[in-house]
Amino acid sequence: MPDDMPILVPEALPAGLDGVVIRFSLNPEPRAMAAAQLLAADLAGDAPQGVTEIAPGLVSVLMRFDAAIIARAALMRDALTRAQAVAAHPRALPAPARRWTIPAAFGGEHGPQLGQIARAIDLSEQAAVDQLCQADLRVLAIGYAPGQPYIGLLPEPWNLPRMSELNPMVPAGAVVSAVRQLVMFTAASATGWRQIARTGFRAFDPDRQDPMPLRAGDAIRYAAVAADQLDGLMARDDGLGGARLEVLG
Amino acid sequence: MNELQVIRADGLLSVQDHGRPGHIAQGLSRGGAMDRLALIEAAALLGLNAVVAGVEMAGAGGVFATTKPMRIALTGAPMTATLDDAPLQWQASHRIEPGQHLRIGGAQSGAFSYLTPAGGIATPPWLGSRAAHLNIGLGGMLTAGDRLPLGTDPDPEAPARIIEVSNRFRGGLIRIIDGPQTALFTPETLASFVETRFTRAPRGNRQGVRLDAEARFASDQAGGLASEMVGPGDVQMTGDGVPYVLLAECQTMGGYPRIGTVIPTDLAQIAQTPPGGQIQFLRLSLDQADALYRSDAQLLRETAGRCRNLVRDPAMIPDLLGFQLVGGVTRGDELEDG
Repeated sequence: MPDDMPILVPEALPAGLDGVVIRFSLNPEPRAMAAAQLLAADLAGDAPQGVTEIAPGLVSVLMRFDAAIIARAALMRDALTRAQAVAAHPRALPAPARRWTIPAAFGGEHGPQLGQIARAIDLSEQAAVDQLCQADLRVLAIGYAPGQPYIGLLPEPWNLPRMSELNPMVPAGAVVSAVRQLVMFTAASATGWRQIARTGFRAFDPDRQDPMPLRAGDAIRYAAVAADQLDGLMARDDGLGGARLEVLG
Repeated sequence: MNELQVIRADGLLSVQDHGRPGHIAQGLSRGGAMDRLALIEAAALLGLNAVVAGVEMAGAGGVFATTKPMRIALTGAPMTATLDDAPLQWQASHRIEPGQHLRIGGAQSGAFSYLTPAGGIATPPWLGSRAAHLNIGLGGMLTAGDRLPLGTDPDPEAPARIIEVSNRFRGGLIRIIDGPQTALFTPETLASFVETRFTRAPRGNRQGVRLDAEARFASDQAGGLASEMVGPGDVQMTGDGVPYVLLAECQTMGGYPRIGTVIPTDLAQIAQTPPGGQIQFLRLSLDQADALYRSDAQLLRETAGRCRNLVRDPAMIPDLLGFQLVGGVTRGDELEDG
């Protein structure tokens, strides 16, 4: 990071009568995203008393609290102090506690817009896939729909805007990309992001023992598979599409 | 086991309780009843010490029966109701016997009504709740022929009870507090927002309702915002400055800026405002809103204190001319509709 970049200034803000948000930036800048993840890990490891729920966003962390146990002002002071420490001393993310390896079929019918992205970042489709599969990716946040991950950050050239025209419908399991991030859709959806791959991984299945298996902070690695292997992976009963979970050191 | 039988389903019917708080980090919104207060009122009328699952009815009710004697509560948006031929008061509890038909008609005002059995609906819970979460495909609408398992009425002989509730079924003044993105709006926009009379749009669902007005309330800082966690009560402003109030089944993250948040006390009123209903916002300070806050347990205690025994109201007697007001002889059954 250049030395002349101003330090991040986190804000503590009320969110409803039982919530507090700590926000590092209004915009999804990478330093703020890293800081939000660090703060979320810090808070989860040592939660302030009276906090009932911690939910990491992309550049913010939401805490809900029990007002009978902790006053809002005290929680805001405590959390802001910790956020300021994170902002003042940027450090690498802690090593992930878990890593998912998720088979995905890239390009072709399963990734009709991979070509557009490859051209935009000046790589062959194969080189773009290799770059993505080698990237150190994390679940940045889970949201919008149950279990649905925002994954990132891809290398800087992948900082591509959303399309001006929506993809009217991408199928369940679609992996889409924009703004250095990936989203894996659990249900068929309309989206302004480009579809580059498809997996048999369902991030939400109410009938599964762990209905929403991903956690913010999980490491994600994609493993490219041939298009004709996808049907078999999608047919698996657990809805995990052959994904493998390692619990790390 | 006691059952609630759905003989006919006329409106949009689903099982609801207070939903599943605590899963925002996994992308799951709380869900649950659109009018949480109505389930608290039902528990209070039935003398319960916690909220139980009931049937939420939107637009119209249906015909119901049970397999054992038990009490039910009718709360939320007032609907017409009869037990066999006897009219039943709304905002009240009643006893029903096996074989009787409970008929619930259309809503007279408001949007969401509740039929709550005293033993609670006892379908298998998921993540601690029995609520259908229709937006994510969890559970579904009830249809004719459904038989819902019920818990045991803890006190089937308890007298019928009634409660007076504030009229939250036609719009009105809704109180909001500032949220994490209120500062993205200019003072002029905020001032104009609270001076505007909105009309609840015809379209709305369990995720949120749109409010219509001539004026627009866009933020000029909306471009490039990172998505943030959002929740029920948040007032999102679309790109062209039209407000949406998020409800129980909202998404958990959103990219539209939020001008403020409806206080929990008034969220039921927003949900209950029917299409065409008029709404105006009043901006409270955080201290003012904190002073109004009540936990569900406090609300249940206070609500229980306002219930009283149901005394027969002559206006509700089906055939007043046939009902002997003097003379000491009645048809006999009319005093027992509670």
